[in-house]
Amino acid sequence: MGKVVLKLGKDISTDDIYPGRFMATVLPTETPQYCFFDRTEFNQKLKSKGIEPGGIIVADENFGCGSSREQAASTIRGHGLIVVARGIARIFMQNAINLGLNLVVCPTLEAQEGDELVFESGEVINKTSGRKFATEPLPPARQEIIDAGGLIPYTRRKLLESPPR
Amino acid sequence: MGMTVVEKILANASGAKSVKASDVVEPRVDLAMSHENAALVINQLNEIFQGTNREPKPWDPGRIAIIFDHRVPAEGPKTASNQKLIRGFVARHGITRFHDIRGDRGGICHQILPEWGYVLPGQVIVGTDSHTTSHGALGAFSFGVGATEMASIWTLGVALNIEVPPTIKAAVNGKFSRHVGPKDLILHLIGRLTAKGANFRVLEFHGETIRNMSTSGRLVICNMSVEAGATSGIVPADSETERYLREEAGVTDFGERVSPDADAVYESVVEIDVSGLGPQIACPHTVDNVKPVEAIAGTPIQQVVIGSCTNGRLDDLEAAAAILRGHKVASGTRMLVFPASGRIYAQALERGYVAEFVRAGAVVMNPGCGPCLGVHQGALGDEEVALATTNRNFKGRMGNPKSEVYLCSPAVAAASAVTGVITDPRGGN
Repeated sequence: MGKVVLKLGKDISTDDIYPGRFMATVLPTETPQYCFFDRTEFNQKLKSKGIEPGGIIVADENFGCGSSREQAASTIRGHGLIVVARGIARIFMQNAINLGLNLVVCPTLEAQEGDELVFESGEVINKTSGRKFATEPLPPARQEIIDAGGLIPYTRRKLLESPPR
Repeated sequence: MGMTVVEKILANASGAKSVKASDVVEPRVDLAMSHENAALVINQLNEIFQGTNREPKPWDPGRIAIIFDHRVPAEGPKTASNQKLIRGFVARHGITRFHDIRGDRGGICHQILPEWGYVLPGQVIVGTDSHTTSHGALGAFSFGVGATEMASIWTLGVALNIEVPPTIKAAVNGKFSRHVGPKDLILHLIGRLTAKGANFRVLEFHGETIRNMSTSGRLVICNMSVEAGATSGIVPADSETERYLREEAGVTDFGERVSPDADAVYESVVEIDVSGLGPQIACPHTVDNVKPVEAIAGTPIQQVVIGSCTNGRLDDLEAAAAILRGHKVASGTRMLVFPASGRIYAQALERGYVAEFVRAGAVVMNPGCGPCLGVHQGALGDEEVALATTNRNFKGRMGNPKSEVYLCSPAVAAASAVTGVITDPRGGN
């Protein structure tokens, strides 16, 4: 369960999530300060801890389109936020799963800022409106990575299974 | 069941007899490319090796390419320190396909890779840059990944858990009119497919227009395939691919031409006739907001940008220089030109294009990503409008969320630089 803390439209680009001018900052420990930097009010709220971890960003189709910059995933993950979108662009989805960012694809979702959402198997329930929306499973190929807790532990396991070079 | 080009490449790279869309494979990687974000890849590589009692090192330094292009020369101490850290890593591991900030070897990664013969037909190429789709122009399966995925590839030499993407076939026929070309074609296609129309899919290009198109033009359409969401764009290799590799990249062993089977399974087919196509413009703030130039001709612009991995090659500079000849950049408009590589810069010098730009009042900048992604040079002021041959016009892309970016071909950009307003290069304005 969580509260919608930001509602966004379609085609939200990685330039919106993490503007290019901060790309020299790469470490996941340092990227959260620039999260949605040009949405000044939201960024300020994040930095002043006015938004609790577990808060939900709701977006329309093609969330995270554009650049492959992983900062776009690490900056959201750093605040412990969850992304629920009607659709997600490929590279952002891979990056999110690789870093263990919580992601839900919900093609018909309707929710407003402040709404309470509950995640059940196969659906999102909007407690505020009382409506239920079916979710779409993440690509099955990626489930092993999710189960391992991200691509770093998953690759480490594969590495240890391989003979030393 | 027949296979598409990417299915054949993935089957070969993962040791399978055949694969089909949605199969999960682990292809070996022929080339792993990064730019300044290699700093994060190195960090993630160290994370992977933590606690394993093994020394963090890439699986095969000969298959790694690192090219500095996003912020060259460094705009500040953070970038400079990242570049320094990467240089140390490159030296320690003997990475030879390294292109530092140099006038002779430097340039944008997506230009350096084909130009130096690092990409061959039939290969699997990954890059920590979304425009890695470019290299499909040479018949390779080439896609963008994030830094952690790259660290995983550096560790194991394979891309883990790859779902074979379905393929959309684009059949392109007809002859371009004067001042219309590959950029107009791909903008038109993105407008039709929308920004998500090819998400998780491959765009495979066919038809007489593609067969007659130079590799430079094919790089434009594959480069921007990602703007329709595509995992990769791909042009099956042919005699033009081999000509490019031989004459422009100095390659003598071409690898293998991979063609789709006659009964290959496509998710859908898009047909385009370019003979009636005019210059296209992507309007703010999404790349799929595409209109014919007539619809917005007359819009005042404060900055024109010609360059980038999309349109910074010699034929692009030639087209722009030809239009500028005998004219000046309009007062009140700035024109920035940044060639895609040092080699192109040198060729443009020899052919007199650089002199033409400077005479007309343009500023010719060093090769690199330049103003395209708003991190370095050529930022826009509040409420300013730019017209660029680059590939993205997202809000804030050129460094300022209060500005606007329109995308176009080099011909439209040059004609508009002369008038100071968006202009149809075919005349009549």
